[in-house]
Amino acid sequence: MTAAIEFRDVSRVYGEVRAVDRVSLTVEAGEFFAMLGPSGSGKTTCLRLIAGFETPDSGSVLLNGRDVTDDPPYVRDVNTVFQDYALFPHMSVLENVAYGPRVRGQRKEDWQRRALEMLELVQLGHFAERRPSQLSGGQRQRVSLARALINQPRVLLLDEPLGALDLKLREEMQIELKNLQRRLGITFVFVTHDQGEALSMADRVAVFNHGRIEQLDTPRALYTRPATAFVARFVGSANVVAGELAQRLSGRAEPFAVRAENIRLRAPAAPVNGDTMSCIGDVADVQYHGAMSRWQVRLESGEVFAAAVPDTNSNDEFRVGARVRLEWARGDAVPLTAAESS
Amino acid sequence: MTALSTFLYRRPALYVTLLLIPPLLWFGTVYLGSLFALLAQSIYSIDEFTAKVVYEPTLATYKQVITQAANVDIILRTLSMAVAVTIACAAIALPIANYMVRYAAPRTRALFYVGVMLPMWMSYLVKVYAWRLILAKQGILSWLFDTLGLGAALEALLRVPGIGGPSLSASYLGMFIVFVYMWLPFMILPLAAALEKVPESLLQASADLGARPAQTFRTVTLPLALPGLAAGSVFTFSLTLGDYIIPSVVGAPGYFIGMMVYAQQGTAGNIPLAAAFSVVPIVLIMIYLTLAKRAGAFDAL
Repeated sequence: MTAAIEFRDVSRVYGEVRAVDRVSLTVEAGEFFAMLGPSGSGKTTCLRLIAGFETPDSGSVLLNGRDVTDDPPYVRDVNTVFQDYALFPHMSVLENVAYGPRVRGQRKEDWQRRALEMLELVQLGHFAERRPSQLSGGQRQRVSLARALINQPRVLLLDEPLGALDLKLREEMQIELKNLQRRLGITFVFVTHDQGEALSMADRVAVFNHGRIEQLDTPRALYTRPATAFVARFVGSANVVAGELAQRLSGRAEPFAVRAENIRLRAPAAPVNGDTMSCIGDVADVQYHGAMSRWQVRLESGEVFAAAVPDTNSNDEFRVGARVRLEWARGDAVPLTAAESS
Repeated sequence: MTALSTFLYRRPALYVTLLLIPPLLWFGTVYLGSLFALLAQSIYSIDEFTAKVVYEPTLATYKQVITQAANVDIILRTLSMAVAVTIACAAIALPIANYMVRYAAPRTRALFYVGVMLPMWMSYLVKVYAWRLILAKQGILSWLFDTLGLGAALEALLRVPGIGGPSLSASYLGMFIVFVYMWLPFMILPLAAALEKVPESLLQASADLGARPAQTFRTVTLPLALPGLAAGSVFTFSLTLGDYIIPSVVGAPGYFIGMMVYAQQGTAGNIPLAAAFSVVPIVLIMIYLTLAKRAGAFDAL
């Protein structure tokens, strides 16, 4: 079976900036694939390279095994849900959804029926005659989804589609998108800067930084076995220990990561277990997050550790400025194997 | 001072009123007041023997405007010119504005804006007289046609009844060229403003859904540019309807509405007729706007 999308050594350069730097990747058919990274990391440019809004400066882009590097967007078998939804303001919701079939010359009875079906699919059947400006953000997002799906593309591209929605709606849409993808069996490529979103929805995630893929893996592997310090920090909000401190704690010079929720706070004088690593520092800050609190602890050598601790009364003895012992199991220290990309 | 500020801050209506009275007075008296004073004259008539204005409300002057064959000719001539100039301006301005907004790099775009506005910073009369020289029988344009071996084509064009004449500078075609030149910036600028408001993502969405560039232009760009096109065409249309200098300097001898207003209120001293004639463009613009609205020109606003 051929891959839905394949990048072969693709680069896109804007002046001095290598927005996408020799990226190679393969997205399998039917996969829910996320591109995760901070803004300016190249993830959106990659999406635009798939859609055809950008042409690579070198390398090639393949869709379903066919080289489409020089094909314009209107001949590619992909459709996009835009970050700003990009609904046509001068058309009704129905006309927006029917746009694809209409420009392809379908008969009116056909496109009307198809567009209504798509609107039913996203539960907006009774909004057909409205203008996009009369809809809420969540409704516009659904219209945009229906409009992109009506062409029955083999690949659906989603550019930060949930970014403008409030938290509750975002969580609902995450589930809905996931269900939709399972039902339709279409390849979804989803761009986001929200690691929670990428982890909860995707089958595989490519983590972008400075135009390159730092790591491409399943969400669980990314979270539990980050390959680089960047992935450890960005995906797991983990503490990265390197240099002298790493040497002192683990006995080896390689950097390693410890996730905040694996760190326990103890009294400085508490007995030390042999299977753990521990160090001593002062509480610099405590943020209350409901189910847990996030503690910032500064070591004497200057490093700051974050520890996520379940919110129980037993921590009452520690205040900002108090001296604490940080402790975690040796097994929770994940060695960072891959070299850091600059 | 603080007390006064607080007093006004708590009473926004009073604050706005105080701010608006001076400009509204200016606008009301100088702009609208003088206009209505002129228009009010149109319901009077002139005594044919004494050449004095008779201050009794009557529609006789209007009747004169819309029934006398010579006057109807003037209106139709002006209207046809305004329509032709508007269409030509739109056809030339649309690709230019689209290029400026969509494709030009920031520096090039700035150059284009300056280029569009530069002619507007020059004296209007200088430009009109310059055009008379350009279009003259021995002018640079006929020289250019001759040099390119197209002299015969120009002659043939000038022999076309209605638009032709002894030379470009004495033909309606020449007048049309000058009108288009003069009002083009008034079409480009609102069009560019309208196109600038169209997000790039809409054009990308259209291409993404399978529309070829020509389809995207027809189904997305053009409908969204319509408000700008409507605004620009109101300028080109009304400026052509009201102008009296271009028709008197360039072109065939037939009268235009603006020339008629000028002649009637000046040499002829027939203020009511001049006033009635100045109502004609207003009515035509209103009809035009109604038609444009009905055609959906303002739907995208």
